[in-house]
Amino acid sequence: MSQSTNTALDEASADTEIRPPVLSISEVAKQYRTTEGTVQAIDHVSLSLEPGDFVALHGPSGCGKSTLLLMAGALLSPDSGTIAISGENPYALGAEARAAFRANRVGFVFQQFHLIPFLDVLDNVLVGELAGTLPHGEFRERARELLDRFQLGHRLHHVPSKLSIGEQQRVALARAFLRSPSLILADEPTGNLDAENAAIILEHLGDFAASGEGAVLMVTHDDRAKAVAGRSVEMRGGRLV
Amino acid sequence: MTLARLILREIRHRKTNFALSVLGAVIAVAVVLATLGSLRAYDRQTEAVVDQMEEATKSEMAKLEDEIRKSMKGLGFNLFIFPAGQDMGEVYSEGFASKTMPEAYVTKLAESGVVTVNHLLPSLTKKLEWPEQKRTVILIGVRGEVPIAFRKPKAPIIDPVAPGELVLGYELHRSLGLEKGDPVTFMGKNFKVSDTYEARGSKDDITLWMNLGECQAMLGMQEKINAIQALECNCATVDRLGEIRTELMEILPDTQIIETQSTALARAEARNQASATAKAQIEAKKEQRALLRAEREKLAGWLLPVVALVSMIWIGLLAFINVRERLPEIGILRAIGVKGRTILGAFLGRAILAGLVGGIIGAVIAEFVRLPSMDSGLIIETGEWIAAISAAPVLAALAAWLPSLAAAQRDPAEVLRYD
Repeated sequence: MSQSTNTALDEASADTEIRPPVLSISEVAKQYRTTEGTVQAIDHVSLSLEPGDFVALHGPSGCGKSTLLLMAGALLSPDSGTIAISGENPYALGAEARAAFRANRVGFVFQQFHLIPFLDVLDNVLVGELAGTLPHGEFRERARELLDRFQLGHRLHHVPSKLSIGEQQRVALARAFLRSPSLILADEPTGNLDAENAAIILEHLGDFAASGEGAVLMVTHDDRAKAVAGRSVEMRGGRLV
Repeated sequence: MTLARLILREIRHRKTNFALSVLGAVIAVAVVLATLGSLRAYDRQTEAVVDQMEEATKSEMAKLEDEIRKSMKGLGFNLFIFPAGQDMGEVYSEGFASKTMPEAYVTKLAESGVVTVNHLLPSLTKKLEWPEQKRTVILIGVRGEVPIAFRKPKAPIIDPVAPGELVLGYELHRSLGLEKGDPVTFMGKNFKVSDTYEARGSKDDITLWMNLGECQAMLGMQEKINAIQALECNCATVDRLGEIRTELMEILPDTQIIETQSTALARAEARNQASATAKAQIEAKKEQRALLRAEREKLAGWLLPVVALVSMIWIGLLAFINVRERLPEIGILRAIGVKGRTILGAFLGRAILAGLVGGIIGAVIAEFVRLPSMDSGLIIETGEWIAAISAAPVLAALAAWLPSLAAAQRDPAEVLRYD
């Protein structure tokens, strides 16, 4: 075999290299104990998200969507089953290591935005620096780029209360993207938005997934969101249907 | 984004909570420093009062002592040292001793470092006939006072009589018509009258004083004396004479001592009594102020811990409220990977800053506190300033520890799930 043929094969092999799923949920179950008894919030659910996937998770209220999202985000350990993000099980890590893992691998977007009211837009995006896995100042340029991309370049030093609802959600989105995570978990990200702002958010989430950098798992009731997502999964009574 | 920036932005946002935390520290530090400062100011005031009383007493005593010294000097010597074998009956009837002792005794006494007597005057006294005038006189040979070793020289009670001179008592110079400067012959020897005394109403009025050396030569009693007169010290002891005798007997064993002039001694006693009374008053004042001081200290003993505890509870409650208000913030920070210890640092840092600011303000306030019972301001030592300003942030951190720990350990999933 000639030298040139070998090189061509190597390149082909690199292109087809098997990467682990961004998110792998396997037979995961979770129960909550309440005063009224035990509630099976998640009942042996399996789900896999490959890079580039944009999955909409929908279902009635209380069906376990948010619980599944928190478990997928390394925030809530399952009673049984396994969860892996980019091939690594975060629940095998200690609390501090898991926090660092979240900081580097997962981005969160919530319906309530959860912006910090006393920090301006730029600081709200940069708050991820407090996770401390990289030197301070590393993300400043990236934060500005993201905010410019989300049409918030003129609002850098405004506090959340001075922003519109749509702008606030875009700030939250920029915060989620700051550390270039492989997985974006969005819990009803358009729930409080008008159609125009919802479309902007969905567009950005779609762009992220389409770039192949990672995957998006989005809990939503919004039909527009389901339409934008590449895959839609329904959940009922703690099971995927 | 840094932790310090997060803390400062949050403080700016929740000014009231922070200001109330600072107030807690201000009150604690101001009360602690004011209490310590007032105790010290009270001590200084006590010292000043006692010093003033002592100074006044000292000055009064000095005046009284001077008066007594003068009066005692005015009354003359009040101690007589006679040879041991001298019949005191004879002394009382004749007015002088017939027995003699070496003149060297006075030197021995002066060089001994004796403390119970002053003003040593050796004399040789004899009653005899003044042949030229055909009359009986008392002749006293004196050499002036012998200075006591190791003592500051004192003004003499009696001036010495120079050789070739005589001093005459009142009756003598009056009846003989002699005046100062007149020539006179005594026992065949010529003298000049160097001084004449006013009437004293005693045997002094028929006395003739002469230089001791000349007197000894004239009487054929070289190096002899028959008395040493002295002025006893004004010592505040009950058995003064006993002490004098004990001391002198050790130095001059073959002598005897008698005391006269009780008027002067009575005055000295009065002075000693006055001194004792003044000292007792000072002691009473000290005791009274010590009692008041103890009461104040007792008050401080429970006030300070109570104030510190209440301030800590206050700061802890405010920290708890702060944590409650910031639960969503804690949730999102933990979700995005901020570690528990960073959250802990954010809350403790805030408490430490509140303590530090409160400590400094409290210390400044304490500096300007004036209590109505105090003449001056509080007296606070540098170490106390530093300790108070350093302790305030530490106590504030301790107070905020539990709420901060609760914040750091808060499960983010729980916060986000129920939000």
